[in-house]
Amino acid sequence: MKKLLIALLFTFVSTSAYAGGHSPCGVTDGSIKILANEFTTYRIFMDEVKSCAGPSADFSVTHSVDHNKLQVAALSANPAEFSAKLVTNGSITTLMNDNLIRPLDDLVAKYGSALQDNQKIVIDGKIYAIAFMANAQHLWYRESILNDLGIAVPSTYEEVIAAAEKIKASGKMANPYAGAFKSGWNLGQEFVNMYLGHGGDFFKAGTAEVSVNNAKGVAALNMLKRLTEVSNPDFLTQDTNAVKEEWESGNVALMHIWNSGAASLLDDEGDQAIKADTRLAPSPSVGGGSKPATTLWWDGFGIATNTSDENAEASFRALLGAATSTEMANANPNATIWLIDGYSPGDTAGPVVDAANRGATPYPSLPYMSLLHGALSTELVEFLQGNESAEKALADVEAAYVAKATEQGFL
Amino acid sequence: MPHRTFFWFFFPSGLAMLLFIGLPIISSFFQSLHIEPEQILMEVEKCDPFGCKTETKVDIEATTKLQEEQPLGRFNGLGTYGDRNHLAFDEIKEAWTNSSSIAEFTDILLNLPFYKALLFTLTFCFAVTPPVVVLGFIVALSVNTITKSLKGPTIFGVILPMIVTPLIGSLVLFWMIDAKGILGSFIQFLFDDPNLSLKSSSQLTWITLIIYGIWHNTPFAFVVFYAALQTVPQDPIEAAIIDGASRYERVRHIVIPHLYPVATFIILICLMDNFRVLEPIIGFAAEGVAQSLSWMIYNDLRSENKMLFGSAGATSMLTIIGVAILLTPVLIRTWREFRTER
Repeated sequence: MKKLLIALLFTFVSTSAYAGGHSPCGVTDGSIKILANEFTTYRIFMDEVKSCAGPSADFSVTHSVDHNKLQVAALSANPAEFSAKLVTNGSITTLMNDNLIRPLDDLVAKYGSALQDNQKIVIDGKIYAIAFMANAQHLWYRESILNDLGIAVPSTYEEVIAAAEKIKASGKMANPYAGAFKSGWNLGQEFVNMYLGHGGDFFKAGTAEVSVNNAKGVAALNMLKRLTEVSNPDFLTQDTNAVKEEWESGNVALMHIWNSGAASLLDDEGDQAIKADTRLAPSPSVGGGSKPATTLWWDGFGIATNTSDENAEASFRALLGAATSTEMANANPNATIWLIDGYSPGDTAGPVVDAANRGATPYPSLPYMSLLHGALSTELVEFLQGNESAEKALADVEAAYVAKATEQGFL
Repeated sequence: MPHRTFFWFFFPSGLAMLLFIGLPIISSFFQSLHIEPEQILMEVEKCDPFGCKTETKVDIEATTKLQEEQPLGRFNGLGTYGDRNHLAFDEIKEAWTNSSSIAEFTDILLNLPFYKALLFTLTFCFAVTPPVVVLGFIVALSVNTITKSLKGPTIFGVILPMIVTPLIGSLVLFWMIDAKGILGSFIQFLFDDPNLSLKSSSQLTWITLIIYGIWHNTPFAFVVFYAALQTVPQDPIEAAIIDGASRYERVRHIVIPHLYPVATFIILICLMDNFRVLEPIIGFAAEGVAQSLSWMIYNDLRSENKMLFGSAGATSMLTIIGVAILLTPVLIRTWREFRTER
C-alpha cells in the first residue's frame, strides 16, 4: 500500500515536472475552457486551438448540440463554467443581452494584428467577438439520380418539390427530400429561412412586437408542409446530424443543410460512391421571390465576462491562434468558408457566396429574436402533423411569444 | 414510541427535508410571483462579416441598474400563473364565450401549452400505473415460485429496466423503434406497411412512451411486491391447501388481501413518479407531440434565452398542487384504514 502511494506520488510529481512544454500561442498561465456546438468543422478548429495552446495548457472543450441552451446558465455563474464560447450571429445576442461576454478591444490591440477587419464583430464601437467562418444552409443533390430522371437542378422550392415527387414516382426513393425538421431549434430555423425567402419581417419595425401571422407566414408554412410530405415520416425527430446520416445511407437525393456539412459528407469515411455523386447547389428561392430562402451566419468566439483576466487572455490567445491560422484554413479548404487572411476557398464555397450575392439576409441579431425562435420551435409541430391550420399555428406562435416576451420585460 | 423519542428520531431527516425540499419550494414560490425587470433597448451600429447596419440591442448599463434595484425582478403577483403559458384564464374565458360547442371549446383548451402538457401527463400517469401494479405483481408471484438456483439471475434480469438510466434506456429504445431499427422493421413486417413509423404520429408516440413507462416502472413494483410476498404467513396458506383451495384461490383470498397496503404504497409512488415524467420525452425526441409539466419547467430553464425563473417557478407550484390533488384520494383511504385498524 505504501509502495503504491509512493509510486502514485512519484507519477504525479514527474508529470507536473514534465509540464511546462512549449505553447505556440504563448499561453503561459490561466485555464482555457470552451463551450462549442458539435459538428466536424468545429472539431477541426478546436484541434488547432488545442495545439496552439500547447501540451501543458489547462485546456478543455465541451462540444454539445445543446450549446445554446447551456450557454446562459454556464456563463452567468461567477466564476463562469467556461472561459470562452463559440458564438454565431444567432447566439451572440442572448449573451449580449445579459452582458455575459466581454469587450475584446484591449486583447485585439495587444495580439490581434493578424486579424482581418471583417473578422471583428463590432457592436456600438466595441469588439465583442472574433469571427472565423461563414456558413449558410443551401441545397445538396445527388447528380446521378437527377440525371437519370432528366431533372434540372432545382432553383426554386417549387422545383424542389416537383423533383422530389418525380423521384418518388420513379420508385428510386420513398422519401427523396430531407431537411432538419426536428422539433426545437431546427424546426424554428426552417421557418425562419422560408419566411425570409418569402420576404417577411418578424417584427414591426423598431419594436419587439411580433408579426408573423400574415399571408407570407402562411405561405412559408404551407411550403414547409409540402416539403415534409416528400421527407422521411420521422422528420420531426431528425436534426442536421441525423439528416447527414440519411444522406450517407443513400436514402435522400435532395436536402437543404449547412455548408459546413461538407466537412463530414465529403470526407474519406462512408460510402465513397455517394460522396462522388454529392453536389452542392445554391439555396432555392421561393414563391416567386428573388432572395434565396436561407440565412447567412458567421461563427466566431467570445470571451466570458465572469472569468479571470488570466483565463480570458489565455483563452483569447489560443482561440486567436486558430482564428488566424492560414495553414489550418488551407489544409481544410472545404470544411467551411474560413474568414482567415490568406485562405483560398475550396470548391464548396460557391453556394454561400451565391446566397450573399443574391441578397440573403443574415440571421436577425435582435435581442428578442431567440424568444420568437423558441416559440416557433414548439408551436409549429401540430400544423406539420396536420392537426391545425397554418393561421392557428401562427396565432399560437404569436401568443406564446407575447407571453414570454412580457415575462422577460421586452413588451 | 414516546413522542420525545419520535421527535429525536425524526429530527435529522426532518431538518434535511426542510432545508433541501421546504426552502427551495418557498423560494420557487417567491420567484414565481416576479417577472424580469423591463429591458431597455437602444439602437447601435453593428458590424460583422456581412456589413454594418443599425440594430436594436439591450442597453446593458441601464438594464443592469434596474436589475440591481430589483434583484428578484418586477412583482407580478399571480400574473404568471394566469398567463397563456400557464392557466390561461383570459384565453379560456374567451374560448368559453366564443365557441359554439363543447368539442370546439375542448379543442381550444387542449391547444394551450399548460393544458396540453397536463393532458399528456395525466394520460401517462393513468395509463402506466395500473399495468405496472398488475405486471409487477404477476412477475413477483412467478419469480417467487422458481427454484432457488435460478432466482438470483432472474431477479437481476427483471430489475434491469430500473437499473438502466431512464435517458439511456429511452435512447436505446428510440433507435430500436426507428424505421430501420430491429423493432421498427419488425412492426412494419407485422403490419405489412413499409411506411409505418412509430415516431411520426402523436398517437403512436404516446403509446410508445407509455409502453416505455411500463417497462421502466414494473421492476419497482416487482421489488416491493417480492419483498412483501416473503412476509405472507404460511399457516393460512397451508390450511387453504388442506381445504383444497386452488392456487388461484389462495392468491385471490390470502395473498392479495395481505398485499393490499403494499399495493396502495406502490400506486402512490408510481403516480407521483409518473406525474414528473421527463426523461423519456427527451430520449424519444418527442417534445413536439408529447409535453409534460416537467418538460415545461425544463424548457423554461433551458431555452435559448435568459432562464424564465418566474414561469418555471409557477409551473413547479402547479405541479406540486397537481401531485397533491392526485394523491389525496389515496391518502384519505390510507388514513381511514389506519384509523379503523386502531
